[in-house]
Amino acid sequence: MSDVQTFLDRLAERTETRRQAHGPEPTWIAARRQAGAARFEALGFPTRRVEEWKYTDVRPIAGGDFALAETADFSPAAAAALTLPLDAHRLTFVDGVFSAELSQLDGLPAGVALLPLSQALDENHEAVGGPLGRLTGVEFSPFAALNTAFMEEGALLRLAPRTVVDKPIILQFLSRAGETPVMSHPRILVEAGSRSQATVIEHHLGEADAANFTNLVEEIILDRGANLTHYKLQEAPLGDLHVASIHVEQGRDSRYTSFNLNLGGGLVRNDLVTDLNGEGAEANFNGLFFGQGRQHVDNHTLANHNAPHTYSNETYKGILDDRARGVFNGKVIVKRDSQKIEAYQSNANLLLSDRAEIDTKPELEIYADDVKCSHGATTGQLDEEAVFALRTRGLDEQTARGLLTLAFAGEVMEQVALDAVAERVELAVAGKLPERFNLAGLVETAVALHEDEE
Amino acid sequence: MLEVKDLHVTVEGQEILKGLSLTIKAGEVHAIMGPNGAGKSTLSAVIAGKDGYEVTQGTITFEGQDVLEMEVEERARAGLLLGFQYPVEIPGVKNIYLLKAALNAQREARGEGEIPAPEFMKLIKSRIAEMKMDASFLQRAVNEGFSGGEKKRNEILQMLVLQPRLAMLDEIDSGLDIDAMRVVADGVNSLRAEDRGILLVTHYQRLLDYIVPDKVHVLVDGRIVKSGDAELAKELESRGYDWVLEESAA
Repeated sequence: MSDVQTFLDRLAERTETRRQAHGPEPTWIAARRQAGAARFEALGFPTRRVEEWKYTDVRPIAGGDFALAETADFSPAAAAALTLPLDAHRLTFVDGVFSAELSQLDGLPAGVALLPLSQALDENHEAVGGPLGRLTGVEFSPFAALNTAFMEEGALLRLAPRTVVDKPIILQFLSRAGETPVMSHPRILVEAGSRSQATVIEHHLGEADAANFTNLVEEIILDRGANLTHYKLQEAPLGDLHVASIHVEQGRDSRYTSFNLNLGGGLVRNDLVTDLNGEGAEANFNGLFFGQGRQHVDNHTLANHNAPHTYSNETYKGILDDRARGVFNGKVIVKRDSQKIEAYQSNANLLLSDRAEIDTKPELEIYADDVKCSHGATTGQLDEEAVFALRTRGLDEQTARGLLTLAFAGEVMEQVALDAVAERVELAVAGKLPERFNLAGLVETAVALHEDEE
Repeated sequence: MLEVKDLHVTVEGQEILKGLSLTIKAGEVHAIMGPNGAGKSTLSAVIAGKDGYEVTQGTITFEGQDVLEMEVEERARAGLLLGFQYPVEIPGVKNIYLLKAALNAQREARGEGEIPAPEFMKLIKSRIAEMKMDASFLQRAVNEGFSGGEKKRNEILQMLVLQPRLAMLDEIDSGLDIDAMRVVADGVNSLRAEDRGILLVTHYQRLLDYIVPDKVHVLVDGRIVKSGDAELAKELESRGYDWVLEESAA
């Protein structure tokens, strides 16, 4: 049986069970499902002969047989220990299944709709059918097609115009260790009305021994002047396989700021695409990937400057130890007539072991003539002189190395405004440090000193 | 306090120190002088524990402990502190972070708790004032973009905060103009104490006008060939090193 057939059989089973339980689906959903399945069947899983997948071998996914989870059982105490300690609105999914028990949806401010996709479809499937799949169609990739064939759960966030959400919104995906590996195909849809503002934290985490497959599709539509900060904190167990296609559409003067912080997962592939469609739109792509053991992290980003006076700024930092492997492919496309745009891109990598590997490829395609663009990529090792210098001041070797490694990521980390998120990264990258790095306490100390001076 | 006995050190197969012996007692300031290539920097680097220096013979003991058996950081925590000739830039690590982490590492080794924030602030504030440094230096990455003089001041600032038992200063005067030299020398002089040793490594006598040593040693070709008091430095300044070489050869 072919790899593709295994997945199609699972789909047929699922469709039948769903029909028996809930009756027929709305026609548009059934039609998309079929289109997704057909596309997936025609394409098959990507091989390394395909340029876009040259450095990433998806056979661990293609060769797997993943069931679909039926329940969202997860010990609340265990979940509480894993979750980010933040006062937040929270949607939780366990192996893709929505958990009302582990979610916190009380007290949503006016103008905010935050609900599981299944509920949104039950309530008004037609309102979802318009935007869903508009940005990420089945043509995008075999994984997007597969997601469309299987889609049933996920998150929907709608912000009415001018709504400002103060608390962060956490979308939490828990992966369970079980007897058989499972897969999930979550779908996230964000529609931010004009001049609305929110911070979304997409958090992937789970039980250490889990080995599941998550295939996520995320569509984010930012209306005029909307401002969305999107953290993707990847802390999935090391056995987890994760593919995500994130598509952003930006209207005039909108701002999208992404923090793609990758610490966990065995095999991770992210495709992050933004369409800068209105003048004044701005996209900030901040990335940090930290790989150990045999982790494989592949980030493909694309900024489409479809309108004049648009702005993109990308900084990705890669840190790879042991036999970990990283891929960075950042592409900027400036359309004809997209004059006066600015696009900056940099990727710097730190290899902590001789056997770690990075493949980096910044790409620029410019079809306009009055633009400001730059890109660059560097790869290096820790400065041994600096390690020695820190040790001569009494810091042990592990701390010295951790500190310098963290310092390497400094440019990205300085932008991280949420301490709870920064702490996770610090701990993963540097271990326990003698002092909070670059964070409030020390900064306050120095500020206080300044004030004292004056 | 520090006892170096018959120290032989090779670097990449070449013998640099060829039987160096030196004793520093608490409260003393020693200066090691000598021509280029004599092995001056090698001595402080070996005491601090830098990689790439092979000790083939001899011992270094510090307050009864075998220094050569200690890790680099253990030496620092025991109070052996090296001020670099060329301080390393450490991008991304703030000065204030390094000072606090280093101080707490030292306190922890002594079984003391972390320094309370107000106490730390008070300490830092008085020390940066002593070194005539602006508070903004604390927020900057260690030595990054600092001028030569600022880097040297920063080394002394670390000494003032960490209060070592033995301060080793490798060519701390190199690249300093006269004003910076004075500030640095004042900083070093303020470190002089009954229970502390100071080892200055320098090529020029100039520094010793500001920091008057108790003992001066002339290092030539990996050995101390002559020792004396501050007067010896003055003599070297006026007569050069040749006469010492001739005298030791005789």
